[in-house]
Amino acid sequence: MKKGLLITLAVVGGLIFLGASVFGGAYNGLVTREEGVTSAWSQVENVYQRRLDLIPNLVETVKGYAAHEQETLQNVTNARAKVAQMTISPDILNDPAKMKAFQDSQGQLTSALSRLLVVAEKYPDLKAAQNFLALQTQLEGTENRVAVERRRFNEVAQAFNTFRRTFPNVVIANLMGFEKKAYFEADQAAATVPQVQF
Amino acid sequence: MRPLFAGLFCLGLFFAPSAHALDIPAKPQGYVHDAAGVLSPATQSQLNAVLFQFEQATSNQIVVAVFPSLEKEALEDFSIRLAETWKPGQRGKDNGVILLIFKQERLIRIEVGYGLEGALTDAESGLIIQQVIAPYFRDGDFEGGITAGVGAIAKAIQGEFQGHPSSPYGSGSESRPLTPAEAEALRQQGRLLGLGLLAAVLGLFVLDLCRYGTYWNQRRAYQDRYTFWEWFFRFAILLAVISFIFRMMFYAMLFSRGGSGGSRGGGFSSGGGSFGGGGASGRW
Repeated sequence: MKKGLLITLAVVGGLIFLGASVFGGAYNGLVTREEGVTSAWSQVENVYQRRLDLIPNLVETVKGYAAHEQETLQNVTNARAKVAQMTISPDILNDPAKMKAFQDSQGQLTSALSRLLVVAEKYPDLKAAQNFLALQTQLEGTENRVAVERRRFNEVAQAFNTFRRTFPNVVIANLMGFEKKAYFEADQAAATVPQVQF
Repeated sequence: MRPLFAGLFCLGLFFAPSAHALDIPAKPQGYVHDAAGVLSPATQSQLNAVLFQFEQATSNQIVVAVFPSLEKEALEDFSIRLAETWKPGQRGKDNGVILLIFKQERLIRIEVGYGLEGALTDAESGLIIQQVIAPYFRDGDFEGGITAGVGAIAKAIQGEFQGHPSSPYGSGSESRPLTPAEAEALRQQGRLLGLGLLAAVLGLFVLDLCRYGTYWNQRRAYQDRYTFWEWFFRFAILLAVISFIFRMMFYAMLFSRGGSGGSRGGGFSSGGGSFGGGGASGRW
């Protein structure tokens, strides 16, 4: 075999090897990070579900002491139903619009709940009731968990997005169909404080 | 004049304020961090002994942290950051609990790790704060309140995990978790061993080069010179050794800053537990 041909073959072989290893490294990195994002997302869903499960009990307890607050209680029940009927598919992470819809429905539930708690302040019997206090503590704990898991999700999603956007990962990501992940934004509803009227 | 101002400006940047008003302190040597000075040394050592025994028996790690003021931070935010830095509780089991007290704002928080959320529920934590700890604190009895609170927490979580109790016959050191001093001693041994191996490899390399050098001086036959591959091999070993040295120096620098670098620094022996934001807060 001619020496030139041998050298060319060696160089081409080396380039192919290099390309394959870069591709493999980037693809594996993308897969690993995307799994991290999916796992963080399932944590978020868990804590939101936990909040959902607390609400019927809360509504019943408040109803026992403050039966006249029908409107507020109904708002909470409706908001909860709206969240419960949203079907969450895994591709929500890639779709900012769906993510925003999910966030909005959860945000509406948050504001309905906070209005309920404000209203409950008017009833001293309710405020002193042990089961209401326990529920209030559980609700605060759940809201805290939601905040923590959302923050952790954002961190993992940011790591994935940064990795996805850097070169050469961006080439492989576009080739193999890895999408940019959506973030949790700050709640719009949280910005408006419910007015207390007696 | 200008270089002086530039120098002073650069120096001033070192003292720029951090984004958070209240900094996360370093992990305590024992189980108690008392920045507000509410616990006497006797009570602190008693608490440390009790909490060490509790960890031996159940592998759960309860930590107490008392601060003079929250400095306008958000309570839950500071609490979870503290938990993520100190990481009480065993890795995998996530069985840590932090009892946080802020004297000026009169705030109490119990931060519960993932693994104990079933045993020490949010409602239970709230009850402990309001019914056990707060009455003592309202009377100004911090020592009593903290001791009672720790006792109540321990009672709630004691059934959850198995510990490694020390055998009544004195041996059983394999199964017992390490005290901070023992862990540090082991780490020192590991470092010495690593350095010893490094020195051995470097020594062999130098000897080899010297041997080659003697060939050179005696103008030995052409065949005794190193081939390309022999040089390649030796050069690769040299690069590996140098990179290893640099990496160790780099990690040593990180640790000496005392910051996020390391698992060293004493404190609870294993640690590594994670937290999810469970627990409860309250005022007294």
